[in-house]
Amino acid sequence: MNLRNRRKTINVIALGLSLGAMAFGLFWLIWILWMVFEQGIGALSLSLLTLDTPAPGNAGGLRNAIFGSFIMVGLAMAMATPVAILAGIYLAEYGRNTWLGNVTRFVNDILLSAPSIVIGLFVYAIYVAQVGKFSGLSGALALALLVIPVVVRTTEDMLALVPNALREAAFALGAPKWKVIMLVTLRSAKTGVITGILLALARISGETAPLLFTALSNQFWSADLSEPMANLPVTIFKFAMSPFTDWQQLAWAGVFIITMGVLFLNILARVVFRQQSAQH
Amino acid sequence: MMPVESALQNLVPEISIRNLNFYYGKALALKNINLEVYKGKVTAFIGPSGCGKSTLLRTINRMYDLYPGQHAEGELIVGGKNILEKGVDTIELRAKVGMVFQKPTPFPMSIYENIAFGVRMHERLSRNEMDDRIEWALTKAALWNEVKDKLNKPGTGLSGGQQQRLCIARGVAVKPQVLLLDEPTSALDPISTMRIEELIHELKREFTIAIVTHNMQQAARVSDFTAYMYLGELVEFGKTDEIFIKPQDKRTEDYITGRMG
Repeated sequence: MNLRNRRKTINVIALGLSLGAMAFGLFWLIWILWMVFEQGIGALSLSLLTLDTPAPGNAGGLRNAIFGSFIMVGLAMAMATPVAILAGIYLAEYGRNTWLGNVTRFVNDILLSAPSIVIGLFVYAIYVAQVGKFSGLSGALALALLVIPVVVRTTEDMLALVPNALREAAFALGAPKWKVIMLVTLRSAKTGVITGILLALARISGETAPLLFTALSNQFWSADLSEPMANLPVTIFKFAMSPFTDWQQLAWAGVFIITMGVLFLNILARVVFRQQSAQH
Repeated sequence: MMPVESALQNLVPEISIRNLNFYYGKALALKNINLEVYKGKVTAFIGPSGCGKSTLLRTINRMYDLYPGQHAEGELIVGGKNILEKGVDTIELRAKVGMVFQKPTPFPMSIYENIAFGVRMHERLSRNEMDDRIEWALTKAALWNEVKDKLNKPGTGLSGGQQQRLCIARGVAVKPQVLLLDEPTSALDPISTMRIEELIHELKREFTIAIVTHNMQQAARVSDFTAYMYLGELVEFGKTDEIFIKPQDKRTEDYITGRMG
């Protein structure tokens, strides 16, 4: 076999193997999505949005769980995003080679890879156990702690991608540092930062473990943040494990709603990011 | 270095540099530089890569302040003050000494906002005054006719040469006394380069210009004075004609004739 044929053969084999690996990965993913669709679509109905979680055998929906999820996720994002963006700005613009910056970055990386159940237990220990009650607020707090490291990291990375020449140009016009950051650097990195926020939002939308120890769940409608609060992931967990078929149906509907929501957020993040790439 | 006093009777120094040393950490990058940048003239800095010409330019507006570990010693007098001293207001200094960089760096905002950005740092103008200032700056930078109908479009949408003229307009808009140009055409095509060189001729009526360039023909075309630098030293400084026609120093001659560099 001459050299060129040999190279071609190796190419075909390598390509075949990587295609196979991709097919293997996609297979499960598509199966999961298919199952969510198949089971979820059948379970969809308008009463999902108008009725609260029922007792077994009664008519019901997921209204309180959807509402609770929205409230806690929204509150978590509202608490975490400003803090995380500011921390990301600090790391990228002020603390690049400082002792404090390096320590913060390291701790943030640890937080980033901490299992979410650990975060749930942490909030349980410092808050829920002290107050003696599960609550929506503690759930939002646990979710916020999951958002912070993600947004800190993406904000820092996106700011680091802004060319130094742009900063210098702004400084050369006599702009003070905070104006350079707010008006030029952060604006250049805007879409990247937004993408990070959307990905964090997608991540916490489906988190179950941190809520088990904090918000717990609630069979009934409640907008009180100091009381246990219904939410989709824990409701799914509870209903899917139950022996009642109507509860299982509701669990599938919940799974469908979350999956679609997360899928939508991921697609949105990609679209936003692509717009930025197109600009440059 | 040859004294050039005899030929410089009616020249007023805008910037005087005395015994300037510059350090990157402990490494000495500029060695005892002495020279004058004259008001209303174009002074070109030439020399092989790493000779310190950009470093010298970045000392004049204290750009090096952004990087810990870099510092300068000696005197660099702008407007009667040694701007290397502690406590100098760099914001005020940069209003007097503007800079345009090697690569065009439009900010992520509209053409209008790109220019208004610097002006707002130093002046409070009414909407009308700002409109006038922006037209004035864009006209100075020979860009007005090309962008007057799309002032609200992003600056990043312009071509490379237009972006660089936008950056010049942005610098000019602040009404500095001195414009520092750090290889302003090295990322541009020949036609854009030509336009910027023409622009330099126009701008020197109102601004003192210091330009760093890799291109010796460019230095010969645009400048009144030329400084040849090598390994952190100022080898020779004088009128551009004299430097190019009869350089006094062997090293200058070698560089200009292409035997080195």
